[in-house]
Amino acid sequence: MSLFDYTLKELQEKLHNKEITVSDLVQASYDRINEVDGEVQAFLTLNEEKAKQQAKELDEKLGSDASILYGMPLGLKDNIVTKGLRTTCASQMLDNLNDPLYDATVVQKLNAENTVTIGKLNMDEFAMGSSTENSSYQNTRNPWNTDYVPGGSSGGAAASVAANEVFFSLGSDTGGSIRQPAAFCGVVGLKPTYGLVSRFGLVAFASSLDQIGPITKTVEDNAHLLQAIVGHDPMDSTSANVEVPDYSAAFKEGVKGLRIAVPKEYLAEGIDPEVKEAVLTALKQYEALGATWDEVSLPHSKYAVAAYYLLASSEASANLARFDGVRYGKRTEKKVDMIDMFKESRAEGFGDEVKRRIMLGTFALSSGYYDAYYKKSQKVRTLIKNDFEKIFNEYDVVIGPTTPNTSI
Amino acid sequence: MTNFETVIGLEVHVELKTASKIFSPSPNAFGSEPNANVNPIDLGYPGVLPVLNEEAVNFAMKASMAINCDIATNTKFDRKNYFYPDNPKAYQISQFDQPIGENGWIEIEVNGEKKKIGITRLHLEEDAGKLTHGDDGYSLVDYNRQGTPLVEIVSEPDMRTPEEAYAYLEKLKNIIQYTGVSDCKMEEGSLRCDANISIRPVGQKEFGTKTELKNLNSFSFVQKGLEFEEKRQREVLLNGGEILQETRRYDEQTKETILMRVKEGSDDYRYFPEPDLVPLYIDEAWKERIRAEIPELPDARRERYVKDLDLPAYDAAVLTSTIEMADFFEQTIKAGADSKQASNWLMGEVSAYMNKQQVEIQDLKMTPAALAKMINLIEDGTISSKMAKKVFAELVENGGDPQKIVKEKGLVQISDEGQLRDIIIGILNENQQSIVDYKNGKDKALGFLVGQTMKVTKGQANPPMVNKIILEEIDKR
Repeated sequence: MSLFDYTLKELQEKLHNKEITVSDLVQASYDRINEVDGEVQAFLTLNEEKAKQQAKELDEKLGSDASILYGMPLGLKDNIVTKGLRTTCASQMLDNLNDPLYDATVVQKLNAENTVTIGKLNMDEFAMGSSTENSSYQNTRNPWNTDYVPGGSSGGAAASVAANEVFFSLGSDTGGSIRQPAAFCGVVGLKPTYGLVSRFGLVAFASSLDQIGPITKTVEDNAHLLQAIVGHDPMDSTSANVEVPDYSAAFKEGVKGLRIAVPKEYLAEGIDPEVKEAVLTALKQYEALGATWDEVSLPHSKYAVAAYYLLASSEASANLARFDGVRYGKRTEKKVDMIDMFKESRAEGFGDEVKRRIMLGTFALSSGYYDAYYKKSQKVRTLIKNDFEKIFNEYDVVIGPTTPNTSI
Repeated sequence: MTNFETVIGLEVHVELKTASKIFSPSPNAFGSEPNANVNPIDLGYPGVLPVLNEEAVNFAMKASMAINCDIATNTKFDRKNYFYPDNPKAYQISQFDQPIGENGWIEIEVNGEKKKIGITRLHLEEDAGKLTHGDDGYSLVDYNRQGTPLVEIVSEPDMRTPEEAYAYLEKLKNIIQYTGVSDCKMEEGSLRCDANISIRPVGQKEFGTKTELKNLNSFSFVQKGLEFEEKRQREVLLNGGEILQETRRYDEQTKETILMRVKEGSDDYRYFPEPDLVPLYIDEAWKERIRAEIPELPDARRERYVKDLDLPAYDAAVLTSTIEMADFFEQTIKAGADSKQASNWLMGEVSAYMNKQQVEIQDLKMTPAALAKMINLIEDGTISSKMAKKVFAELVENGGDPQKIVKEKGLVQISDEGQLRDIIIGILNENQQSIVDYKNGKDKALGFLVGQTMKVTKGQANPPMVNKIILEEIDKR
């Protein structure tokens, strides 16, 4: 049995029983990376020297009050800013951002739990895509079958966990970027409710949708990781100032009496019969465990993708405008004047998908089009939100397939 | 010949002197080394987020209230997208359709006539950095100013002469300074002004095409620029030409406005609600708390000085020109000085000293209590007005207690009538010829006798008394 087959709780016991050390865990991560990452290609940057040094220190100061994440090796999607550790968003635009000036809030929180950062993980450039093929560096492969994509944009984060390269990772989700690759790679991915996790230090794609979330092997581990990163952050005005529940406490209660809503739109045409079958099997299992489920309707969900594309691209067009080669990042080497320096730096630094979305978003915000596109999308968003609120009046959870298909 | 009417509207930017920046904890300070007051948030580093500084909101509310604006209950911030290297995020966080303040006004007075000028809106936003273009092909950028809280105050097109525009700026500056939210120093850029001007035939309802004036570095340049532009537009129209919607720059050397660019349509800033900030809800309690912090404003004080203190309107205007002057004045009379005497000293000697030394009243070593004490020493005859000037010179330069200064300098006036009469009788006895001269109508002789008395008393004799006693003694002979 490999160390990667254990849950966080089990690993923690082994640490305290001196069966293993933090250094063993970190070494296991790098050994596995050396073994398979040539093929999986999940990592963009490794933090080996510092991680091993940190592991030694953690082994020395391990105390009985250590948290469940103590010494655990993890990977971070490369749009989460890490002080002194290269952060590229898988873009040539930030290829030289080798020494970022600060840690994202989630990184500070994990550092306080004494996790060990193994390295930074591949993604679609600036989180735009769903296959990790939009990375400007490499194509990450699905560890279960390397002819397939791992999904995206957190493809590296999902693949690294599935490939046993790290014990867990953090990804980011704007329109499915944790959930879809987690589904493709057979791991547990969670997009927390917007506002639950601080976005400070997450390189913005679409500010009103972005959330950082955990990717793990088990639901239980996911709860432990989530617990460590949630909470109000004075550096992020959009982080909710609400009481944080004890997530793992919920495991004791089981699903008896849980009221499940299954939107018919999620199981309608276009869904792979195999995926539908898997969802129905899961529902039967829940039923057997004492939950009940009903078919419900989210009538506006058919507009969700269109509204998402307009809103996310609009915000992205503003968020990515700061990458101009002036203060950091890519600057063209061509000898040109100031204005052309900006233009050339962007032309060279951004990939095609990023450019497409910047153009789409700029268009949607333009005077004369704003009402028809951006504003209308915001209204649709409200209608979709109302659909969900109505359902949550009567149900505890909504269940559906994460994706209509399996990986391709 | 057609008669034209001029229409002027002003956009004024005022930097707020909060301790830190509007969206980051960096210090908000003027005059530091380039890029000393910046952090990753100001620099628009990847992943950073803005957090609204409550003090900036309070200051914007205070300014809005002082210029009679309604304060929004629901307000928000928006992104104004434009690209320039002094704007590190490539968007400015500003307010588009829900400004903090709306529908305000201030009253101006030109040639004795009062007029209300409407204020369309006051909104809160962040200032940009500063570019310096070198002659080596490189441009340098200093981000110290980036993120300084700024309010933009947009007037209605209510002004009809450049003089009114000047009066509006003076009044606006005066009021904002009273609230304490800004220094309003044009030379440091904490107050900046752009002017919109058009002309139309008298009687016409529609506005003419306007031009926008920039690079107006003082209130008088605003007035001069508008005067030039008024004339230029008139000449264009009278010669059958057409006014184009232009941005023009005022050149201080040639005293002309110079075309910068012709505006085709309006700029598209692609405003949308700032997703990194939550909407702002300002409840009544918050509004009331800020309203209570607004000091008595210049108009109210001026009126009170005339009505309750019997000061001439001119005095009241000068004394209320800055809140520091007005406060100094009020503390002086509170310490027991006569209001007219206090006013005379402040408008005269004190202002002259401040002008000469280029200092502000709040930086003087002399306290209001000391000035009051000195004024009272004159009133009760302890020192003469002439002596007071010596006391004042010492007081304003080094501070201290006027009573002590009087003693140390031996400036006490001889006001003892018996003592003075003895001295004067002695002098008259020795100067019989002067008495004869005076009686023969030579007034000069009296001056000589007064001079002699002053010489003998080392200048300490009470001058009105000396005059009186000499005349009495001459009469007796």
